[in-house]
Amino acid sequence: MLPAARTTLLAALDAGWADPRRLYAEGRAARALLDQAREVLAHGLGARPGEVSFLPSGPAALRAGLEGLRYAGRRRGARLVATAVEHSAILTTGRYHAAAAQDPSLFAEVPVDPLGRVDLSALQQAVLGPGTVLAAVQSANGEIGTRQPLQGAHALCRSHDVPLLVDAMASLGRDATPEHFDVMAGDARSWGGPSGLGVLVVPERTRWRRPGPVSEVEHGRTDVEPMVALALSAAEAWQQTQANHVDQSASSFALVRRLRAAVGDLRDVDVVGDPDDRLPHVLTFSLLYVDGEALVIELDRRGFAVGSGSACTSSTLEPSHVLAAMGVLTHGNVRVTLPLNTIAPTIDEDVSRFIAELPDAVAAVRAHLGASDL
Amino acid sequence: MNPIEIDARGLRCPLPVIRLAEAARAAPAGAWIVVLASDPAARYDIPAWCRMRDHALHEITEVSDSSGSAGPPGESDPPPYLRFVVQIRPQRSKAGGAGSGSERSSRAR
Repeated sequence: MLPAARTTLLAALDAGWADPRRLYAEGRAARALLDQAREVLAHGLGARPGEVSFLPSGPAALRAGLEGLRYAGRRRGARLVATAVEHSAILTTGRYHAAAAQDPSLFAEVPVDPLGRVDLSALQQAVLGPGTVLAAVQSANGEIGTRQPLQGAHALCRSHDVPLLVDAMASLGRDATPEHFDVMAGDARSWGGPSGLGVLVVPERTRWRRPGPVSEVEHGRTDVEPMVALALSAAEAWQQTQANHVDQSASSFALVRRLRAAVGDLRDVDVVGDPDDRLPHVLTFSLLYVDGEALVIELDRRGFAVGSGSACTSSTLEPSHVLAAMGVLTHGNVRVTLPLNTIAPTIDEDVSRFIAELPDAVAAVRAHLGASDL
Repeated sequence: MNPIEIDARGLRCPLPVIRLAEAARAAPAGAWIVVLASDPAARYDIPAWCRMRDHALHEITEVSDSSGSAGPPGESDPPPYLRFVVQIRPQRSKAGGAGSGSERSSRAR
């Protein structure tokens, strides 16, 4: 979280504590702050304030986006289409609906190429399936960084009159704000805001309706009142992130390029994702004969916090569905996400130290498995 | 020539791939190796290993072997596993070999 977002959060706890629906002075003050936060974020997302709702998290917003499109399209059918590398909030919901109706054709997962990019002709085929009520395509994959062809996806969805649901959680604040969508979801954490705040954008032109009883909260798109301080802190973080967005992206992009080259020099490595058409700040690679959990712990011991999509690091013991869909190595997987420069002012030196120490860390973990000379 | 058989059932990633690589190192070019593995990651990682090391993956079959159990089907059945058939190709020289990362990233472009 950005320092300025933290300061705003603390101040807003004092100034915006009241219930924004109340008519007394404190309530009206809280309402004014909430409106202000919504205006800032709506402007940033290219939307009107009435089109933006705050939900408890990005995944909650994404799922609400899906359910509202599905419900609005219920007279056309109930078939959902998503790329195989979508967020699990989409995939588990799609599989759930298909299983509940005992009809596998109600959820189609569209394959991706070895870089993790959706195949548009396969997407078109899937969207042509009778009764399709939405297609879900992320702006970019947060695990591997590859951008998705949103413009093409939106054009083909439009030509078949199928609304496009865009998960922008990985992009917002770090990459260009998506323009091609019918419903979009994001999470304040991606742009340096607090956790506990998702945004759902439903443009007026989109047919969307929340299933269940009518709600008065957040333009009727949730029944959970947002915390005013979180919304204000998220708006502050957005303004900060946008102010130096271009420099930030360029510097992250260059650092990841350096990392990609250095990691690619290691023995037996799959460097994953598109090298160019990608998010600026994410790098993923998989190392042969390496236990992902052991490597994460070894890097943590050396002061680096990295993620992993390997099966041994997940609670389910299943490897990352993204790596599996791409057909890349799933074991020995490491995901490096670069923080914003404001949060990590020594990022250049940190990356240099990572590059210097990674070969030793990998060698130690391989030696432990007796795999040094395979 | 009989295939070399590796039973890696019950081993967790990356051990099935390591067992396969050990056998491949000792095997002559053209040898066949059959690997049995129950770890969910093996489904993706053994094909990825074949690609990175330039070996040929001929077959993946899912085996749920309930024929041997005496009791009613269900709890007493051994868990299902995958059977991979791999043919070892001649290895290129170590320097800049088939598994080097730079080659992979250039191939990815």
